Amino acid sequence: MTTVERPEAVAAPRNPDDQLVLDVRDLRMRYGTVDVLNGIDLTAQRGEVIALLGPNGAGKTTTIEILEGFRLPSAGSVRVLGVDPAHGDERWRAQIGVVLQSWRDHGRWRVRDLLSHLGDYYTPYATDQIQRPWPVDDLLAAVGLTAHANARVSRLSGGQRRRLDVAVGIVGRPELLFLDEPTVGLDPAARREFHELVHRLADLDHTTILLTTHDLAEAEKLADLIVILANGRIIAQGSPDQLSRRLTTDAEIRWTCDGQRHVHATMDATGFLRDLLREHGDRVQELEVRRANLEDAYLALVHEEETGIRTGWAERVWQQQEETR
Amino acid sequence: MNPKTTALRVGLRRGAIELRSTFTNAQDLWSYFFPTLVLLVAVFFMRGATVPGTDFSLGARTLPSALGMGLLFLGLLGLAQHLVVDREDGTLLRAKAIPNGMLGYLVGKLVLVSSVAMIGLIIQLAPGVFFLDGLRLGDASAWLTLAWLVPLGLAATLPLGAMIGSLIENPRNTGLVVLPMMGLIGVSGIFYPIDGLPGWLQGTAQVFPLYWLGLGMRSALLPADLAAVEIGASWRHLEMVAVLGAWAVLGFVLAPVLLRRMARRESGSRVAARREQAMQRVG
Repeated sequence: MTTVERPEAVAAPRNPDDQLVLDVRDLRMRYGTVDVLNGIDLTAQRGEVIALLGPNGAGKTTTIEILEGFRLPSAGSVRVLGVDPAHGDERWRAQIGVVLQSWRDHGRWRVRDLLSHLGDYYTPYATDQIQRPWPVDDLLAAVGLTAHANARVSRLSGGQRRRLDVAVGIVGRPELLFLDEPTVGLDPAARREFHELVHRLADLDHTTILLTTHDLAEAEKLADLIVILANGRIIAQGSPDQLSRRLTTDAEIRWTCDGQRHVHATMDATGFLRDLLREHGDRVQELEVRRANLEDAYLALVHEEETGIRTGWAERVWQQQEETR
Repeated sequence: MNPKTTALRVGLRRGAIELRSTFTNAQDLWSYFFPTLVLLVAVFFMRGATVPGTDFSLGARTLPSALGMGLLFLGLLGLAQHLVVDREDGTLLRAKAIPNGMLGYLVGKLVLVSSVAMIGLIIQLAPGVFFLDGLRLGDASAWLTLAWLVPLGLAATLPLGAMIGSLIENPRNTGLVVLPMMGLIGVSGIFYPIDGLPGWLQGTAQVFPLYWLGLGMRSALLPADLAAVEIGASWRHLEMVAVLGAWAVLGFVLAPVLLRRMARRESGSRVAARREQAMQRVG
C-alpha cells in the first residue's frame, strides 16, 4: 500500500503489512438523542470498489462524510489510509478524492482553467510512483470533456457538469475516491459512461473507490463489495454474487387447484411441493416456484423504510442470510 | 516546493483569474460603476452648497468622504458577500476537499476583493477630476497619504468582512449588516460634517473605522486648510492610525478563529441543505 511508503506522512503508527485502505470499527453517530449510525464495521483493500447501498436516511452520507473528514463521529475507530480523518493533514487530504454534489460553484470559470487551477494544489504531493496532478488534457479526455475544455462551467449540461465533478475529484490522482450518489440526475448514456470511468479507475489505477447509491442495479454493476445499510446498521454485505446466492431461503409458490389461485411463501419449497402434490396430485396446475431475488428483498426493505410500515420481512430475510453465512 | 508556498501562489493566480472574470461580467461592472453614478448625482445636487464656515464646495468635500465609504462597501461587504455566496454554492466545500485549498481560496479572495476595492476607488475618483475643483490630485503628497491609508483601511475592514461572512449562513441575511451600516454612514460625516450632531453620537461614530476612512480620504485629497472644519481642527493622522490599527489587530486575531470554525463545519450535507432552502425560495 502506498501510504506505507511515506513514513513522514502523519502520526498514527502503521503496520507495514497493513493492506487496508479503509478500516472502520464500531462507528457510531448520534445527533441529539437520535442514533444515525449504530456501529458500522467496514474495511477495504487497495483497488476495491465498495458500494454503500441503502434507502434515504440509512446513514450513507453521514458515513461517507465521516470518512472524508468532514464530520466528527460520536464514537468508534476510523482509519482512512492509516490515519484518523479527524486529524488528517493536508498530505493525507492530497491522497483522497472527493466527488461532491455540484450546484453552481465556479460557474464563471472555464472547464480547463478550473481543472488546471485545482490540480496545481497537488503539485507538491507528487511521488516517484504517482504523478500529481493528472495532466489536464489527459484528464479531460478521461472524463469525456475535451470538446468542452473552453466552455464556462455554468454552460455545461447536467451530465457534463457531473463529469466535471468527477474530474475535480480525481485531478490529484487519489488513492481513495469517495463518490456520494454520483449518478443522480444522469441520463442512461451518461450513467453508462460514468460506470466505465469507475471501472477504469479501479482496474488501471488501482484506485480504491467508496460510493453511495440507492440503486441496487448500479451497485451490482460497479462494486466488488456491496454493503447494505438500513437504520444506521449494516444489514448485509458481500459481493453481488454472494448476496444473491444467500437469498435462496425464501421462495414463493403459486398454483391453481380446481380453478382457484393459491400463493404460498415458504423456506422449504421442496417439502411443501411434495406434500402439495401428494395431496392434490394432478389437480395442481400452473405450478410456479419463484425464489425471492436480491432486488425483491432490497425493494421490500426500501418500501419499509419509506412507508415507515415495518412488516419485518425484509430484515428477516437479510438476517437469515447472516445466520446461514 | 513547500505545499503552503504553492497554495499561496495558486491563490494569487486564483485572485487574478477571478479579477479578470469579474471585470468582463456586465452585472459586476454595473455594480462597480453604479456608485460612481450615484455619487455624481449627489454631487450635482450639492453644486451650489459650500462646507459650513468656508467657501469650499460641499460636493468636492463629499467625493473623498464617499471614497472612504466605497472602501467599506467594496472591501468589507464584498468579502462578506463572497464568503456567504461561496458557502451556499459549494465553492468553499470544494476548497476544503483539496490540500491547502482553504488557504488558496482565502488568498485568492483577498487579492480579488482588495483589487476590486482599489480599482473601485479609481473609478469613483475619475469623474471628480472633470467636475470638481479643489481636489489635490496632482499633488504627490496626496498619493503618498493614499498609499498608506488604503492598505491600512483594508487591513482594518477586510477581517471584519471575513468575520461577518463566516457568521452569516443565509444569503438573505446579508441585509442585517447593510442596515446598521447605513446608520453608521449617516453619523460618520460622509455627506455632511458631523459637528452638529450630539456629542455621544460623534463619539460613537469615531469608534468605527468608517469615520476615519472618510477623514483620511479628505486629508489626502482636500487642501490642508480644510482641516480647520474637522473635529479638533486637524486631520488627526495619529488617532486615525491608532483606531484603524486597533481594528486591524482585533480582526487579525478573531477572523482566523471564525474562518476556521466556518471551514470546519462545512460538509456536503450542509451544502445540500442550503441548496434545498434556496430551491424553495426560487420555486
